[in-house]
Amino acid sequence: MTSAEPAIVAVDVTRTYELDGVSVAALRGVSLTVSADDYVAIVGTSGSGKSTLMHLLGALDRPTSGTLRIGGRDVSSLGPAEMAHLRNQTIGFVFQSFHLLARTTARDNVALPLVYRGVSGKERRAKATEMLQRVGLGHRLDHRPNQMSGGEQQRVAIARALVTDPSVLLADEPTGNLDSATGEQVLGLLESLNGEGVAVVLVTHDREVAARAGRQIVMRDGLIVE
Amino acid sequence: MRIAEAWRVAVGALRANRLRSILTMLGVIIGVGAVVALVGIGTGTKQLIEQQVEGLGSNLLIVVPGRLDPGAAPSASTLDMDDVDAVTRVVGDRSRVAVTISSGETVRAGSREAYASMQGVLETTPDVFVRRLDRGAYLTRTDVTTGRRVAVLGAGVAQQLFGDRDPIGRQITIGGVRFRVIGTFEKLGQSLGVDRDSEVHVPVTAAQRLLGTTRIDGLAIRAPDRDTIDTLGRNVVATLVKRHPDTDFSAVTQEQILGVLGDILGVLTGVLAAIAGISLLVGGVGVSNIMLVSVRERTKEIGLRKAVGARPRDIGVQFLLEAVLLTTIGGILGMSLGIAAALAVDRLSPVPAAITWWSLALAFGVSAAVGIVFGVIPAQRAGRLDPVVALRTE
Repeated sequence: MTSAEPAIVAVDVTRTYELDGVSVAALRGVSLTVSADDYVAIVGTSGSGKSTLMHLLGALDRPTSGTLRIGGRDVSSLGPAEMAHLRNQTIGFVFQSFHLLARTTARDNVALPLVYRGVSGKERRAKATEMLQRVGLGHRLDHRPNQMSGGEQQRVAIARALVTDPSVLLADEPTGNLDSATGEQVLGLLESLNGEGVAVVLVTHDREVAARAGRQIVMRDGLIVE
Repeated sequence: MRIAEAWRVAVGALRANRLRSILTMLGVIIGVGAVVALVGIGTGTKQLIEQQVEGLGSNLLIVVPGRLDPGAAPSASTLDMDDVDAVTRVVGDRSRVAVTISSGETVRAGSREAYASMQGVLETTPDVFVRRLDRGAYLTRTDVTTGRRVAVLGAGVAQQLFGDRDPIGRQITIGGVRFRVIGTFEKLGQSLGVDRDSEVHVPVTAAQRLLGTTRIDGLAIRAPDRDTIDTLGRNVVATLVKRHPDTDFSAVTQEQILGVLGDILGVLTGVLAAIAGISLLVGGVGVSNIMLVSVRERTKEIGLRKAVGARPRDIGVQFLLEAVLLTTIGGILGMSLGIAAALAVDRLSPVPAAITWWSLALAFGVSAAVGIVFGVIPAQRAGRLDPVVALRTE
């Protein structure tokens, strides 16, 4: 992907949920461009629509109206399988609660996205090892999540997000479950990745964390307010 | 690649919930085991009956009054020795025609007694049926024409009356009338539920005098070959109907007897297998249930897998494979159980059992199919989960 083409373009995107026959507008017309080397923080109170926006940017969900292009593809034309392919090819997710598979080693957790890309077992292990070394966990390859600290688990999750060479890294409260020193490490890691040309979008309610980003987007009531 | 991953995950999931997996399999194990064991017993019984009917002799035609329909009331015989002569003329060979008049009688020798099935027969009986003598000689034509009171004992009767002593030449009484033993049969065992070692053969003429009748119960003909058996049967029945216009006669072959018995046994085996099949169905519902629980428990995992690029199909295949793995492992264990049960029945009870390859193949196929059928709904549900909702689940 060339740096001239934005990683994600959203134009007047809305998302309405139907809950027991009542329509709830979570996003009410959001326009946003994430360029290839962006470092964006989305802040807002809970219920402001930031999680919904995150899911849309990550191709986990499709907008009710408006145009959303991820990696140059209009998601409204894609079926569930194509959305899965798009996520696998372009997006790396980092979650607040890590979402690692229990009973599975760090290396196999990191290699998981490559399974759905059809990469051979040998290549998967090599790539996963490389990623774990990069996040400083070369000595934890065969450890299971419950044998690792929270900071280590989040770094495994980051390694998993990076193993597919994504163009965008989406982090949903990546430091929310970590103490400040460990959170600092994780943020440092994300920032160094951004320096290597990966677009980083993080959702946080922590003003300090948000302030370190290249730009901030503040959300309220389903709209971007600044 | 993805199938390999789905396989690995399925095995891992079954191992992680070992007790639950085994309990779920139990339904399939019992169902498949019951089907295999019951079909085995049905098949074994059928084979035994076929052997016994064929063991009577080859190309047999059995002529009885009345119709041989299942459920038809047996009718009293009106046949007599003149009819036998007429049939003999149709057959053209006296040695191919056997007759019988039978009656249950108490047989005594000194202080010992035995309850026996007295059979009034012609000297041709060993030529028509397969009957081998152990000792002495069979009835002669002279014995029959003169109504001589001589008897050939079944192995069981001889044992009861004489133990290990040689019965040849000794006196016995049948229904109070004195007979002389001239031979004994080889041991035969049971045939179609009748103890054939409790038979005592005497000349038909002597039996008729003893019973105060001129009738016979039925006759049997050994046809020269398989091709003429049906024509011969029709000719014999036509001859008899001409002589007894008011009576129906039936001529049945071993194939027909086997056919009727086979049908009855087939229906019985089918009903038993169907009942066993219902338990397999219940086992399948159990698998479906547990798979739904498994999908719910692993909703977060499904969400994560989808987030990193698993397509609905990848998730569906993973869960379907888990269900099929459950039922096929259950199926294999069930087959082993069924084979063991059938062998135990065969060894430890008089009921025979025979395991056939087709029943094993069927059981395995059905258990795999049960996995697919009952795994589809949970698998589809897993595949269709909305990743956003799945990830949010705690």
